[in-house]
Amino acid sequence: MPLAVVLILLVVGSLIFHVLSPWTFTELASNWSMVDFTIDITFWVTGAVFVAVNLFMAYCVVKFRYKKDARATYEPENKKLETWLTVLTSVGVAAMLTPGLFVWAKFVDVPEEAHVVEAVGQQWHWTYRYPGEDGKFGEVDAERISNDNPFGMDPDDPNGQDDVLVYHPEAHIPVDKPVKWLLRSKDVLHNFTVTEFRVKMDLVPGMQTFQWLTPTKTGRYEVLCEELCGIAHFAMRGAVIVDEQEDYDAWLASQPTYAELNARPGGNAAAGAANYAVCTACHGQQGEGLAPLNAPKIAGQDAWYLRNALNSYKAGIRGSSSDDTYGQQMAPMAATLVNDAAVENVIAYIGTFPDAPAPHTVDGDATNGKRSYRLCAYCHGDDGMGIQALNAPRLAGMTDWYIERQLTLFRDGVRGAHPTDFYGFQMSFMAQSLRDEQAVKDLVAYINTL
Amino acid sequence: MGYVAIADRDHEEEHHDPDTFITKYIWSQDHKVIAIQYGITAIFVGVIALILSAMMRLQLGFPDTFSFITPENYYQFVTMHGMIMVIYLLTALFLGGFGNYLIPLMCGSRDMVFPYMNMLSFWVYLLSVIILLASFFVPGGSTGAGWTLYPPQAIMQGTPGTDWGILLMLASLGVFIIAFTMGGLNYVTTVLQARCKGMTLMRMPLSVWGIFIATVLGLLAFPALLVSAIMMLLDKTVMTSFFMPAISSMGQVPENYTGGSPILFQHLFWFFGHPEVYIVALPAFGIVSDLLSTHARKNIFGYRMMVWAIIAIGGLSFIVWAHHMYVSGMNPYFGFFFATTTLIIAVPTALKVYNWVLTLWEGNIHLRVPMLFAIGFIFTFIHGGLTGLFLGNVTIDLPLSDTYFVVAHFHMVMGVSPVLVVFGAIYHWWPKITGRMYNETLGKWHFWMTFLGTYAIYLPMHYLGFQGVPRRYFAMGDTDFMPASAQDLNAWITIFALFVAFTQILFFVNVFISLKSGKKADPNPWKATTLEWQTPDTPPKHGNWGHELPVCYRWAYDYSVPGYPDDFIPQNVPPEEAPAGRQHGVAEH
Amino acid sequence: MEIGLIILAIMLATLLGWLLKQSFNTQPWVAEAVEESAYQAPFNARPKLVALVTFLAVVSSFFALILSAYALRMELGDWIPMTEPRLLWANTVILILASAAFQWTRNQAVRGDAARIRSGLLVTGALTIAFLVGQVVAWRQLYAAGQTLTLNPSNAFFYLLTAVHGLHILGGMYVWLRATARAFGGREADAVKQSVELCTIYWHFLLLVWLVLFGFMLAT
Repeated sequence: MPLAVVLILLVVGSLIFHVLSPWTFTELASNWSMVDFTIDITFWVTGAVFVAVNLFMAYCVVKFRYKKDARATYEPENKKLETWLTVLTSVGVAAMLTPGLFVWAKFVDVPEEAHVVEAVGQQWHWTYRYPGEDGKFGEVDAERISNDNPFGMDPDDPNGQDDVLVYHPEAHIPVDKPVKWLLRSKDVLHNFTVTEFRVKMDLVPGMQTFQWLTPTKTGRYEVLCEELCGIAHFAMRGAVIVDEQEDYDAWLASQPTYAELNARPGGNAAAGAANYAVCTACHGQQGEGLAPLNAPKIAGQDAWYLRNALNSYKAGIRGSSSDDTYGQQMAPMAATLVNDAAVENVIAYIGTFPDAPAPHTVDGDATNGKRSYRLCAYCHGDDGMGIQALNAPRLAGMTDWYIERQLTLFRDGVRGAHPTDFYGFQMSFMAQSLRDEQAVKDLVAYINTL
Repeated sequence: MGYVAIADRDHEEEHHDPDTFITKYIWSQDHKVIAIQYGITAIFVGVIALILSAMMRLQLGFPDTFSFITPENYYQFVTMHGMIMVIYLLTALFLGGFGNYLIPLMCGSRDMVFPYMNMLSFWVYLLSVIILLASFFVPGGSTGAGWTLYPPQAIMQGTPGTDWGILLMLASLGVFIIAFTMGGLNYVTTVLQARCKGMTLMRMPLSVWGIFIATVLGLLAFPALLVSAIMMLLDKTVMTSFFMPAISSMGQVPENYTGGSPILFQHLFWFFGHPEVYIVALPAFGIVSDLLSTHARKNIFGYRMMVWAIIAIGGLSFIVWAHHMYVSGMNPYFGFFFATTTLIIAVPTALKVYNWVLTLWEGNIHLRVPMLFAIGFIFTFIHGGLTGLFLGNVTIDLPLSDTYFVVAHFHMVMGVSPVLVVFGAIYHWWPKITGRMYNETLGKWHFWMTFLGTYAIYLPMHYLGFQGVPRRYFAMGDTDFMPASAQDLNAWITIFALFVAFTQILFFVNVFISLKSGKKADPNPWKATTLEWQTPDTPPKHGNWGHELPVCYRWAYDYSVPGYPDDFIPQNVPPEEAPAGRQHGVAEH
Repeated sequence: MEIGLIILAIMLATLLGWLLKQSFNTQPWVAEAVEESAYQAPFNARPKLVALVTFLAVVSSFFALILSAYALRMELGDWIPMTEPRLLWANTVILILASAAFQWTRNQAVRGDAARIRSGLLVTGALTIAFLVGQVVAWRQLYAAGQTLTLNPSNAFFYLLTAVHGLHILGGMYVWLRATARAFGGREADAVKQSVELCTIYWHFLLLVWLVLFGFMLAT
C-alpha cells in the first residue's frame, strides 16, 4: 500500500513540479519556435505514457497485493494485446519523430540570404570574423597562427584584406536577419551555444561546422562553450549582442579590418616618453614601481597586457568599483591617454625600460604555493612568463605585493565582476581555490621563486 | 565429446577439490567465488566513484565554499566517476558478477566451460582496476578529459592529466577489454554448450538471456574502444595523426599533427559507447523480469516477446550510435537516419515495460525487498526511457544536448535504474549466495531512501537542463539566462546526493549483520522455479549439483499453474509429477 | 563506418537468425519430457570450437573497425597513398604456404599419423616465423627508405595493421607451441587432433584477414 501511494504521489508531484516550477525554458529569442513546438508534442506524448503506465502499476500493486488465499492467474501471453500495444507505441513514436525530422530538415538547410559570421574558438576564448564588404572570407590556416596573427590569416589573400577581425568575446548581429554562424576551432573541440537561440553546434579543429538562426529580439545574450575543452571550459564565455540594423552597421564600421590592423603604425617610444610623464610619479622613472604609492612594476610586462589594462581602465571595466581603491586612482590616469596612438606610444616607451626583477616583499611557504600554482600554470605557464594566446600575463619577476592584492580582489569578486571583463571573470573563478590570506601569500612566495 | 558429456563432465583436468583457503577463496576456479570476487571489487571501485560524485556535488551545490576542490580536481573527479561507474562497476558487476554467478546455476551446469580462463579474467580485471586507481597518484594526476576522452583535448596541454593520467587510463581500458573478452568467451560458450538436458534456449530464464545478449554486444563493441584507445595512444606517444588535426594550442603549433579527424574518434568511441548502454541495461532487464515474476507469483507476461525484444534491442543498438553526435559537427544529414533508428528502438523497449507491468496484473504480489527494488526500477526506467525520446529526437537534442538534462537522463536510465536492479538482485540471491537471510526492515529502509532520494536528485536536474545549465561546468558564476534560484536547486540536488550516498551505509550494515548473525536461509526462500534454487546445498558447493546434474522439463515461469497445489513448479519437476502449463486457445498436450 | 557495419551486420544476422530459428514456433510454457534428440548442442560442436569461433568474431570486429577508420581517414585531405614494399608479396605467399601446411597437418591428424603431424607442425611453425621475419624486414626496408610511421596517416595505418596482425599471429604461435609440445610429448591422438584442428582454423582465418588487409592497402 505505501508503495502504491508513493508511486501515485510521485506521478502527481512530478506533474505539479512541471507546471509550477520556475525552472523551465528560457525565453526564446530566435526563429526556432518549432523546436519548442516539437518539445511540446513530446511532452504530451511522453507525459501521457508516464502517467498511464505508472498509475496502472500503482493500481496493480494495490489490487493484486499478496493475499493468503489469492492465486495469480496463469497467462503466458496475449497476442492481441501485445499487437495493440506495439501499434499504439509505434504511432506515438511516429508522432514525435515526424515533426522532429521536419524541423531538422530546416536546420540543415541554411537560407540563401543568410549573412555569415565566423565564430572562432580557442582555449578559453571566443573571437569573431566578419567577411567584410566583399562578403568573402580570406583563407586561414592553423599553421600560420601566431601572436601577431591570431586568426591565422593568409596575408596574400585578397579576399581576406577587408575581413573584420574581432579579437574579443563579444559579437554583434542585426535583429531579424538570418545569420549563418561558421564555426572554427584553433585547438580542441568547443561548442557554440546561446541558450535563448535554442541551437548549438560543436567546433572541430581541422574542419568548419555551422549553425543558423534568425534572432528575433534585440539584447545581449551569453555565449557558452558546451563541449568540455579543458581546465577552464566553464569559464569560456562570450556574448552575442543583437542590434537594430543601424546600430549594427555603426558597430561593424568601427571595427578594424585585417588590412587596417596590418597598416597600424607601431608605437613611438620617443613620443611615448612625454605621455609617460604622468606615470612617472607613481610607477617610477624606469617603470620599476613604488610600493609606498601602491604602484606595481610595469617594466618587462608584455605590451599586449599593458594595452588591455590601459584600455580596460579607460573603458571603466577596471577601476570602477569602489572596493578597488587603487584601481580607482589609476582610471583617471589612464584617461590621460586620449587615443590609441597615445596608448601605443606609452607602451613602446615602457618597452625600453630595463627589466630588473622586483624585490621580494611577501612571506609565505613556497612549497604550499607550488601546489596551488599547478592550476595557474595552465595559463601563465610553468615559468610564470605568461602566454599571450591564453590572455595570461607575466607573473615571474613582477611586483609580488601587487599580485597578492589582485588575487585577493579577484577572489572577493571585486575584479572580474564587470559584465564585459571576460578575462577578469575567468581569473575570479580560478582565484576561488585560494582558501585564505595565507594561501595567497604562499602562492606569491612560490611565484617569487620562478 | 558430445554435448551432454560436457555439461556432465567430471572436471578431472581443471578441477581439484578446493581445500586450502587460498585455493578456495583466492585462486579459485569456482564460478561462484569468481563472481563474488568480481562483485566485491566492482562495488569497492563503485564506492570510490560515489565519493568522487559527492565531491563534485559539493562543488556544484556550494561553489566557492570548498576551496580544496580546484577545477583541476573537479574534471578529474568527473572523468573518473563516469568511467568507473560505466565500465569498472556496472559492466564488471553485471557480467563478471551476476553473469558468472547465474549462468552456470541457471543453465544447470557445473561451472563455466573454461574455469581457468574465468579465474584469469578476474585477475586481469583486478589489474585494470589497479592501473586505473594508480592514475590518481602519478604526476599530474588522473586524466580530466571527461569519460568520453575526446581528442584533441584528452592529449593536449590544457586538460588535467595529459602526461601520465591519460596513458594509464588507456592502458587500463585495454587491460579491462582483455579481461572482459576472456570472461565473455566463457559466458557465451557456457550458454551455448553447457546447458543441462532439457534446457532449450526458450526455457532459459530471462536473466540468462539478458546477460547472454549483453555479452555478445560487449564482445563485438569493445574492440571499437580498443581500436580508438590504441590510435589515441599512438597519437599521444609517437605523434601520429589518426585523430589529430593541424592545430595551434596555447600559442604553440605542434609540428607533427596534420589533417586528422577528432570526429573519427567520436564515431569509434560511440560505436562502442552506445552498445555499452545496453551491455548494462540488458542484464538489468533480464534480472528484473525474473524478480517480478517470482515475487508476483505469476509467469512473466509475453516471454517470447521479451526474448525477441532483448535480441532486437541488442541488434538495433549497433545502428544508433551517432545520436550522441547530433551536434558534434558530423554530416548533419546523418541526423535523419539516426533519429529514426533511435526512436525505433523505443518500441521494443516500451514493450518490455508493458510486459513487466502486465506481469503484475492479476498477480499475487509479495512486496519483499527485491520486489520493491524491481518496481522502483520500472518507475525510474520509464522516466529515463521517456526522456531518452527527447534526446534521441535530433531536433530536441539541439537545445538539450550538453546540458543537465542529458546528465539527468542518463543517470536515471543508466545509473539509478541498473543500480536499483543490482540491489534488488543482491537481496534476491543473497540467501543463495551466503546461506543467510538479510534484515528485511533495513532492506526496506535502504530501498525507500535510495529510491526517493535519487528521484529528488534527478527530477529537478532535468529542469535545470531546460533552463540551459551546461554540464561539466565547474561553476556557473553570474549569468543572464539563469534565475538565481537555479543555484538553490543545485544546492537541493547536492543535499539529496549526499543523503543518498550516506544511506548506502544501510546496505553495508545489512550485509555485515547478515553475515555475522543472519538467520539461516531456506534453500528456496522465495519459492522460485529456476534451477539455482534447486541446488542440493545452500550455498551451492563447487560443482553445484552433487552427483547428478538436473534435467529441465519446463520453462522458468511455471507460477500459479492451474490444477497444481503449489503456486510454483521448479524447472526440474518432470511433467508426470506436475501438469503442463496451459493457455487459453493453446491446445493441450 | 560502413565496413565495420557490414561485417558486424553479417555476424549479428547469423547469430540472430539462428536464435530466432530456435525460438519461433516454440511454446516455451509447455512442459515436456526430455527427448535426447531435441537437446543436441547447437552447431553440434565442441566448446573450444565455439569459443574459437566467438573469438574470431571479436577479432573480425576489431579489424573491421580499423579498416572503417582507415576508410574514413583516407577521405581527408592530407592522405598520401603509400607504396607497399614488394616483399609483402613474398610474405603473402609464405603465409599461404603456412596455411596450406596446417591444412595438410590437419588431414594427417584426422588420419592419426603421428610422425607426419610432427613434421607438419614444424614446417608450419617455420613458415609462420618466416612470415613474421619477412614483415619485420619489410618494416626495416620502409624505414630505410624514409617511410616512417609518422610521415603520413597511410603509413601509420600500414604499421598499425601489420603490427596488430602480427601480434595475432604471435598469439597463434603460443597455441602452436602448445600443440607441438603435445604432439612431441606423446599425448593422446585426440588431444593433438583437437589442437591441430583449432590452430588450422585460426591460421586460415588470419590468412583471410591478411589477404583482406593487403588487398585493401593495395587498392588504396
